[in-house]
Amino acid sequence: MSAPAVLEETAAESAGSLTVVKARHPGRWIAGVVVAVLLAMAVNALVTNPAWDWPVVGAYLFHPSVLHAVLFTVELTALGIVLGFLLGTVLALMRLSRVPLLASAAWGYVWLFRSVPLILQLLFWYNLAALYKQISFGVPFGPAFFSVDSMDLIGPVTAAALGLALHQAAYAAEIVRGGFLSVDPGQLEAAAALGIPRARQIFRIQLPQAMRSIVPAAGNEIIGLVKGTSVVYIMALPELFYQVQVIYNRNGRVIAMLLVAAIWYLVLTTVLSGVQHYVERRFGRGLARALSPTPAQRVRRILSVRRAARRQRPAWGGGERR
Amino acid sequence: MSTPMVDVHGVHKSYGSLEVLRGVDLKVQPGEVTVIIGPSGSGKSTLLRSINHLEKIDRGYVAIDGEFVGYRRSGDRLYELRERDILRRRTQIGFVFQNFHLFPHLTVRENVTEAPVSAQGRPRDEVEALTTELLEQVGLSGKADAYPRQLSGGQQQRVAIARALALRPKVVLFDEPTSALDPELVGEVLEVMQALARGGTTMIVVTHEIGFAREVADTVVFMDAGQIVEHGPPGQVLDRPGHDRTRAFLSKVL
Ligand SMILES: Nc1ncnc2c1ncn2[C@@H]1O[C@H](COP(=O)(O)OP(=O)(O)OP(=O)(O)O)[C@@H](O)[C@H]1O
Ligand SMILES: [Mg+2]
Repeated sequence: MSAPAVLEETAAESAGSLTVVKARHPGRWIAGVVVAVLLAMAVNALVTNPAWDWPVVGAYLFHPSVLHAVLFTVELTALGIVLGFLLGTVLALMRLSRVPLLASAAWGYVWLFRSVPLILQLLFWYNLAALYKQISFGVPFGPAFFSVDSMDLIGPVTAAALGLALHQAAYAAEIVRGGFLSVDPGQLEAAAALGIPRARQIFRIQLPQAMRSIVPAAGNEIIGLVKGTSVVYIMALPELFYQVQVIYNRNGRVIAMLLVAAIWYLVLTTVLSGVQHYVERRFGRGLARALSPTPAQRVRRILSVRRAARRQRPAWGGGERR
Repeated sequence: MSTPMVDVHGVHKSYGSLEVLRGVDLKVQPGEVTVIIGPSGSGKSTLLRSINHLEKIDRGYVAIDGEFVGYRRSGDRLYELRERDILRRRTQIGFVFQNFHLFPHLTVRENVTEAPVSAQGRPRDEVEALTTELLEQVGLSGKADAYPRQLSGGQQQRVAIARALALRPKVVLFDEPTSALDPELVGEVLEVMQALARGGTTMIVVTHEIGFAREVADTVVFMDAGQIVEHGPPGQVLDRPGHDRTRAFLSKVL
């Protein structure tokens, strides 16, 4: 074919006036059509089959008892994550400290709380009141200064939040520690050479850089925990999963109620994924030469490309856009 | 003679069974530029790192302007200082690394202002004004709000120099400041350093740039196998070395 030669000649004289014809990808088209057909079939099955009970889904999706359960799930997740990551960060710093006793205590904690299944830990905390009727503060094996009834201190809600947080802390500790280890040791050396105080070295220099690898892993954990809160149904707490069970035991619409729960879990995780994206951008500052576009920017860009394509502009003229 | 700005005396340092510094003595007078040359592995970096106590030495002492960096003297005993006090004393010593080690998540301006404010507790206004001045001095006025990754290697190293100077240190240590740079960027960094030297900054520079040593140094020190083999004015050490080891090294690098 002589096309390359022709292109070469003309490109030299008037590249700007040429029209670019995009390469064709028939394979992509076929795959796209197949997926579209499958999707249409799935939607059809979902919408037309009365077994899905959409009217019931609609009726219960914003039912006050369901909304309360969603809120409780959100609260449990927030408590579990915030307390879990606070304790996890402390554990990670202990693990990285130069004091052997602190480091081994943190190691022991992670070992214990990662090894025992969450459901077992939850039941354990729930029944702690039975194990220790009184919780007293004082000298070990010696006199107690004051004591409280454990039933007062650890109600089912506290037990659930505590159980989730303590379990989460073990994983958070490893994520945070991994983040710190991912920071170039030269950073700490430079901070030390500049005489920056130790705490400031950790929180101003190391942690923000560690966040780049902590955030994606933490996002995973949070989304895991949103769904993980469903295990506290064994403690008969009114979180989302328990609540829909209560409702379908009453009205018998199992599928519809499970759909209600599924839709809410989808909504929560979608919101969290969006938040994660923006947090990642925040901590990516300065670490990449250019920031990745936000979802909103991406949509705008796609639209503007479409508009430009309609106007048939040659691609070479589009140099102002990256 | 007045107290030397840097006084390194009988310094020994080992890593396990490997003795890296074997009795090093070095005095640097205020305003003087000392260039250290020597083969790879001879202990040049270890010596610089010992001077600002990034490495603990096994024997001997290092004093900056008459004050020990990592220790407090009482009678004939040296007491090791706590980390907090060592960090405070270290702000008297600027350090410029081969690989810059700028903080990538902070802007150029934040890189420079961080230590004077957090380590020395100086008022932010004063430090900000000084930063503007220093960035101008290293030719980077326009880059104050850029992030390090957006700069060339030579620009990053000049920021690192400004960052070290912002502490108003008594001495600035440079460990091969141009070795990580593309050849065409070496000149801009050396020019900044030469201007500093002319301005009277006390400097100790480890470098393989013999031209810089010849032009800028007051004293050239040749190190080999953990010892200072010879030292003197550049004309003497570089052109009429008294030792075979110096001659052998110079014949390789020149
Ligand atoms: N942390 C360490 N642990 C063990 N050995 C080390 C350590 N740091 C340096 N060394 C050894 O000490 C010796 C001196 O190292 P140093 O970095 O001071 O040499 P240098 O003169 O700066 O060399 P170069 O010109 O290659 O930078 C080398 O043999 C090196 O392998
Ligand atoms: Mg070195």
